Amino acid sequence: MRELNLNDVTKAVKSLAIDACYNLNDDVLNCIKCYKDKETSELGKSVLEKIIENDELAKRDSLPMCQDTGVAVVFVEIGNQVIFNGNIEDAINQGIREAYTEGYLRKSVVSHPFNRINTIDNTPAIIHYKITEGESVKITVAPKGGGSENVSLVKMLIPADGIEGVKKLVLDTVFNAGGKPCPPIIIGLGIGGNLEKSALLAKEALMRDIDDENKDPILNKLEKELLSEVNKLGIGPMGFGGNTTALAVKINSYPCHIASLPVAINIQCHASRHKSIIL
Amino acid sequence: MIYKLHTPIQGKDIAKLHIGDIVLISGTIYTARDAAHKRLVELIKSNQELPLELKDAIIYYVGPTPAKPNQAIGSAGPTSSYRMDPYVKDIMEKGSIISIGKGPRANYVKDLIKEHKGLYLSTIGGAAAAIGKTVIKRELIAYPDLGAEAIQKLEVKDFYAIVTYDSYGEDLFTKGIEDFRKKQN
Ligand code: SF4
Repeated sequence: MRELNLNDVTKAVKSLAIDACYNLNDDVLNCIKCYKDKETSELGKSVLEKIIENDELAKRDSLPMCQDTGVAVVFVEIGNQVIFNGNIEDAINQGIREAYTEGYLRKSVVSHPFNRINTIDNTPAIIHYKITEGESVKITVAPKGGGSENVSLVKMLIPADGIEGVKKLVLDTVFNAGGKPCPPIIIGLGIGGNLEKSALLAKEALMRDIDDENKDPILNKLEKELLSEVNKLGIGPMGFGGNTTALAVKINSYPCHIASLPVAINIQCHASRHKSIIL
Repeated sequence: MIYKLHTPIQGKDIAKLHIGDIVLISGTIYTARDAAHKRLVELIKSNQELPLELKDAIIYYVGPTPAKPNQAIGSAGPTSSYRMDPYVKDIMEKGSIISIGKGPRANYVKDLIKEHKGLYLSTIGGAAAAIGKTVIKRELIAYPDLGAEAIQKLEVKDFYAIVTYDSYGEDLFTKGIEDFRKKQN
């Protein structure tokens, strides 16, 4: 057994949240650069240039790349040999509180969907726990903006819809979202499981590296086909037209009921922020 | 085309602008997003005094991050404009005919903009750190309790925006996709 001090969890969460908001991961930044060279619309290309300039400026001057520093989504994988000296949920929320107040991040959480009073410190985080084997704890902090989350959805397809049904749903959803989620986007798909499992799978798919190859041959092919079809929609950077609508499609899947084909589409904007640490 | 404009932006300048044009605005603009719009429209509907003069005011849909000690404002990119669509008729009738945000809006907004000979401009979503640098002064005008959603008066210099709906009823989002499809064929 290993006892983990919760102060270390708080510290880790705080620095991951700030780091995520200031420093776009290189896989995404390089991918945007690559697409900029291939963009056929002049305005689209200049939008991508401005996004790259912004992300480099944010890194250099330690500033949030986007003003919507989101709701903090936190994934925690806890080894079964780890014990904590207190309440881990409080420790995580304390890290978020400190990051958003001391890191000059925007507080975008309201305490109730209808009274809409700001909680002032961006807590509570949305936390997903998983028990793994061993003595370590992996924490991922992923601030998620509202613009791209608002155009995400879960749809319960039926088995007869199959791959074609999934493709149609994705293409329709991305087309209807148009410029709203700040394209270029990354599309996280959760296919299978049930209603809530598919949504979580889609969010987890967004945590993968942008150039990560899917090991499932069916899903690997579907990721590539969908990316190419989405980029033929013509939405382009910020919706002004062009061939760069999405940077990647990432699919995670899970077994499901004989009657169901759940599909969750989690749209992520180009400000794709997530950072991890192993304690 | 790129145009350098000073506020208040005159009707003759608005008439020159077409979708896809780039404007570099210098002067005064005001921030307001969901919660502030709700309050403003409640005041308008009940004939009460407004905390700012809406005539000729340019409204930027933004909720910035807090300013660091050496900054006028933090990161300040646009938020999705369609969420302000339900309020825009009342706001435009008070004389604020230019708005800045991001993303497509309802068709009735396009019609309202044509009717009032106004503009809907977009800045680049997510390019917030760079946009923040073009704000040189910030003054709180109303609703500090709303935090990032308070109404603030911004002095901007060469603030970059793209004409997305012009005063002739044209729409860059639709045209951008059409142009792309033409190129494909
Ligand atoms: S969709 Fe993403 S890039 Fe656009 S404003 Fe929201 S968080 Fe920022």
